Amino acid sequence: MNVLTRMWKREWPLHLMLVPGIVLVLIFSYIPMAGIMMAFQKYVPNKGLFGSPFIGLKNLQLLMDYPDIGRIFFNTVYIAVMKIVAGMIVPVTIAILLNELRKEWVKRTFQTLVYLPHFLSWVLLSGILIDVLSPSSGILNQVLGLFGIDPIFFLGDNKWFPYVMVISDVWKEFGFGTIVYLAALTSINPSLYEAAEIDGAGRFKQTLHVTLPGMLPIIVLMFTLSIGNVLNAGFDQIFNLYSPPVYESADIIDTFVYRMGIEQAQFGFATAVGLLKSVISFIFVSMSYILAYRVANYRIF
Amino acid sequence: MRTNRSFGRKLFLICNFIFLASVSLLCLMPIIHILALSFSSGQAASAGKVILWPVEFTTAAYANVFGKPEYLRAFWVSIQRVLMGTTISMFLTIITAYPLSKDSRQFRLRTFYSWFFVFTILFSGGLIPNYLTVKNLGMLDTIWALVLPGAVTVFNVILLLNFYRSLPKELEESSLLDGAGQFTTLWKIYVPLSLPALATTGLFTMVGHWNSWFDGMIYMNHPENYPLQTFLQTIIIKMDFRFIKPERAELMIKLSDRTSRAAQIFVAAFPILIVYPFLQRFFIKGIVMGSVKE
Repeated sequence: MNVLTRMWKREWPLHLMLVPGIVLVLIFSYIPMAGIMMAFQKYVPNKGLFGSPFIGLKNLQLLMDYPDIGRIFFNTVYIAVMKIVAGMIVPVTIAILLNELRKEWVKRTFQTLVYLPHFLSWVLLSGILIDVLSPSSGILNQVLGLFGIDPIFFLGDNKWFPYVMVISDVWKEFGFGTIVYLAALTSINPSLYEAAEIDGAGRFKQTLHVTLPGMLPIIVLMFTLSIGNVLNAGFDQIFNLYSPPVYESADIIDTFVYRMGIEQAQFGFATAVGLLKSVISFIFVSMSYILAYRVANYRIF
Repeated sequence: MRTNRSFGRKLFLICNFIFLASVSLLCLMPIIHILALSFSSGQAASAGKVILWPVEFTTAAYANVFGKPEYLRAFWVSIQRVLMGTTISMFLTIITAYPLSKDSRQFRLRTFYSWFFVFTILFSGGLIPNYLTVKNLGMLDTIWALVLPGAVTVFNVILLLNFYRSLPKELEESSLLDGAGQFTTLWKIYVPLSLPALATTGLFTMVGHWNSWFDGMIYMNHPENYPLQTFLQTIIIKMDFRFIKPERAELMIKLSDRTSRAAQIFVAAFPILIVYPFLQRFFIKGIVMGSVKE
């Protein structure tokens, strides 16, 4: 008892400091977790969470019977995986090329230019893309027209839509991604390059045998952490760029949940779909953190 | 390091420079194109004459945008949420990261509390339960719906607590020995020393608030409460005029013509362009600092 009171005397200010944060997280993160109950209810808004009848796994059954559900899961994983891979290769390549530049200010200027889109919202970037990619007046189709190519409706064509998502996502994020890799590059011991040079390796061989292995740990780490994103195909981006004609190739879990839940007010059903995503994501994210810890000794806190 | 500057090497350096220069320009091209459109006349824009430079220079589109009370009101809502949101969020980040930065010997429940916060990154109730929680709290159509739900940013807390940990322990020990309490130690020693990290997280938070649009869309029933990005989402992307009173509808359609759209996009991007130089000075340092651990 004595120990406990002594501990309390010493530690109470620390507990007190956490109170506001804990209260907010309880209200806005943990209470909604209890709301997951809705996934097993036929939720009626004016009866509330405790008045609505439970229907077991009916919502999940409904989901399995939903005709487009396979498509939606496929689109989600397809777009997300392409984004993960492209979002890995492009920044690594650009970082290596940037590192070859001799003048520090040139390197910094390029860097500054390429990560500007990262700080603009998808609403603004979508506004820009809709204009630039427009089949009737967009500048890209004007340019293609010079080469005799017929206008392409990039945002309205199921063949193009997923790739436009991946490319525009790379456009927004690759500059930001290079930061991490550039930091890893500068931490490679210069004496390794000297040794390689004495052994007769040219710049290309040095890149292959010194630079890449030196970056490997961070590449592996970033890749591992991105595993948690296989179900995040990018709601902000797709929601602002898609339209009913391209639902076939563009509809992802998040946009589906939004349409079912907020637009059609099928709260129980939408929550069930969201829950399924949360559970799968939770497994992937936990796995990626455990893997990152095992492989790279990475810890969140 | 001695480098062998052969012909091939020189060629590579030149090609590399040209390649990177074109990549950077390609990245900016769409943004410059929109900027050029916004300063061009309506006819030139719809005739497709504008590429990277204004044609028939005019500021009519901007006059149009700034003459619209809808746009200005949305701008004001955004400014309010940035100011309130950043203040509240930074206060919470500072005060939450401090206890969590202690080790478990000093603060027994530290690990438990840490997991309490980290679990929220791993798992969430999802869109609908979040929406209903805010709704049941009676926060719909109030600024609190935009400010409070995301006020504790666990990512920023982790960034800052790692920074606190990188400070020498002796500072805290001597401060406590001199009779200062934990609160005094935090405000008088940790906060002043972590200004660079605070600037980074603060700027990130501001940009995040300025850029978010989805919360405005679901939590605000009345368009006059929309923050700027949500307003633009309905006008530019969805071209949804349902909410607008009929007598204003004509003006809104005007707002959605090509040059006006471009001007609205640019005005909304302008605050980001202003803080951009600061962002980029701080944030590389910030990210690197936050990820360094012992």
